[in-house]
Amino acid sequence: MIEEQSVVKVGMADLNVIQHSGVIRTVGLGSCVGLTMYDSQLNLAGMAHVMLPSSDIAREGQLNTAKYADTALPALLDKLLQLGASPSRIVAKMAGGSQMFAFAGTGDTMRIGPRNVESCKLKLAELHIPLIAEDTGGNYGRTIEMDASTGILYIRSVQTGVKEM
Amino acid sequence: MDVLREVGNIGAGNAATALSRLLNKPVDMAVPKVQLLPFEEISEMVGGAEQIVIAIFLRVEGDAPGNLFFILSPDAAKGLLKRLVGMHPETDGFLNEMEQSALCEIGNILAGSYLSSLADFTKLAMSPTVPALAMDMAGAILSYGLLQFGQMGDDALLIDTTFLEGNHEVEGQFFLIPDPDSFAKIFRSLGVPVDHD
Repeated sequence: MIEEQSVVKVGMADLNVIQHSGVIRTVGLGSCVGLTMYDSQLNLAGMAHVMLPSSDIAREGQLNTAKYADTALPALLDKLLQLGASPSRIVAKMAGGSQMFAFAGTGDTMRIGPRNVESCKLKLAELHIPLIAEDTGGNYGRTIEMDASTGILYIRSVQTGVKEM
Repeated sequence: MDVLREVGNIGAGNAATALSRLLNKPVDMAVPKVQLLPFEEISEMVGGAEQIVIAIFLRVEGDAPGNLFFILSPDAAKGLLKRLVGMHPETDGFLNEMEQSALCEIGNILAGSYLSSLADFTKLAMSPTVPALAMDMAGAILSYGLLQFGQMGDDALLIDTTFLEGNHEVEGQFFLIPDPDSFAKIFRSLGVPVDHD
């Protein structure tokens, strides 16, 4: 969390990468999942801010691949591979997927956070990328940032302060 | 857009009147804004995605479903609790269960008067679910209201009204985010021709 470093921001339903030094950050994750992939040999970090579990339900014309777990993860992996990352070195971490409002009923939307988490795990398994750390669930928001030089993921929340993993 | 602004105006006007009765003080409100905004910019309207806000959220059910948020700064929320129910929340830190419950009820009254005037005006059935409260980052809270829009694109339409009481800064904001399919219904109910769909 060094402020002078360069910061790459990842918006909602967005993905990006950073290499060598600086941090990559996404703010205000609620039911969305912030998923990172890291190649330690190249100090290459990628991050996606996943909003929805599956592109099957998409009704948009031009599909935004970064928005859905099943399309964002392959897109992020591709981006890292294009920059020379090795599939065998890439590891994933993720945070988010909370239920901001806990009340009974009203169907699937209520459970979108846990479903985003499940869907990300499923896709990681398909892509053979190990998930080495996660901080998911709960009923609070998170801001996350990854330091490209170390691959450490910092997670900040209003209620629990800063965690690193 | 003008029609939606008018819809927002009537709802917010009623809610402002309700708030002013509760406080026994005049409450002004800004003319509602109706905007089609990228997701990123919606949380900018309350000071950024990381800004800590208190939100009372209700799902609107019925003919024109949507999401309704009543958003307050923590200071404004604590001020309301003091003046309305004589509670004295700690200046720092979170609201306790009683305070949350009281605030939820205040939000419920305001949202109820907002919705019932919209329902009268549009002749559409609109009923609120039980309210839920969260005190957290604005981005985390508001993104929840955007999920339905997420399936269609990266923008959402919202009706935003700000309340002001005396010299106090922004006292509270209503965000009504009708579901994507609800606009055509609102327009039709008001006799506005809908070209697409």
